[in-house]
Amino acid sequence: MSMGLLRLLRGNKASAPVARERLQILLAHERGLRGQPDLLGVLREEILAVVSRHVTLDPTKVIVRLERGVEVSTLEVDIEVPNDLERKRVAVA
Amino acid sequence: MSKVLVVTSGKGGVGKTTTTAALGAALAQRGDKVVVVDFDVGLRNLDLVMGAERRVVFDLINVVQGVAKLPQALIRDKRLENLWLLPASQTRDKDALTEEGVGKVIDDLRARFDWVICDSPAGIERGASMAMRFADEAVIVTNPEVSSVRDSDRIIGMLDSKTVRAEKGERVEKHILITRYDPSRAARGEMLTIDDILEILATPLLGIIPESQDVLKASNVGTPVTLSNADGAPARAYIDAARRLCGDTVPMQVPTERKGFMDRLLRRRAA
Repeated sequence: MSMGLLRLLRGNKASAPVARERLQILLAHERGLRGQPDLLGVLREEILAVVSRHVTLDPTKVIVRLERGVEVSTLEVDIEVPNDLERKRVAVA
Repeated sequence: MSKVLVVTSGKGGVGKTTTTAALGAALAQRGDKVVVVDFDVGLRNLDLVMGAERRVVFDLINVVQGVAKLPQALIRDKRLENLWLLPASQTRDKDALTEEGVGKVIDDLRARFDWVICDSPAGIERGASMAMRFADEAVIVTNPEVSSVRDSDRIIGMLDSKTVRAEKGERVEKHILITRYDPSRAARGEMLTIDDILEILATPLLGIIPESQDVLKASNVGTPVTLSNADGAPARAYIDAARRLCGDTVPMQVPTERKGFMDRLLRRRAA
């Protein structure tokens, strides 16, 4: 009786291949970032700066999230704007 | 020619201190003059694992700060006359480790010993970076488990960029030591395999230490596992690893399951 068949009978799946795959994806990503500035931090600062030129914002209510998938990644920017939306007068030089 | 070897991992609890003591004793038994240095300032434990906790008078920080001379702080092992310990401080904090001070101590140790084995603290902060800073070689202790492998990868990145050798454009020779390897769990596909780990970390293997009661027993009595039960599986694996560090070619023993009757009947293969 093979190991595979035994496992099938017991109904348990080997978890090691899952561990291996998750690690490979994660480390490929982390190695790419090594030594580079914090991408999310930079994005957050710059988005905050641009939007603040027009709208008064609470800097703690700006959330930038990056979800990394196998095929595509998504960048999610969540900015909470107060209801009494106050347009800033942009000073024209 | 003396060598500075750092035993590191990033993750805590994987067996750095056990490994430092075991490799230190195994190398000393071969006749080399060895010092094991505890860099875990504030949380020293190498003294305890080596059974020298009641003989600590001065420590690494005292020497770095010039309060004590190096020979005053070195503790000679009671079993092996070639083996010495330089303990860490239990009271100071890790910021007392200055790069200049540590560099000078390492230079002094190089002049006196064949092997200077630096037991790194967990993490990637000052203590860990000082432990690896002057290393010629590194043993990266890794458990077959995702968080340990990830942290090892991070540490490999630091060894390749933040060491004196790396900054001079030279290489720190790196070795993976897999500890707490459980052959029966590996056979059931519940644990990353040796090949998985080596492929992911792209670093050569120094040895595989099986999970064993011997390791806990050895630390209980304060004896390096290579001395407490020299015929046991972990001791033999550490002694082989020490021989490989010295350049010997030793066939790699992959720990296998102790097969019971049912297993033999079912002809289960070890993965």
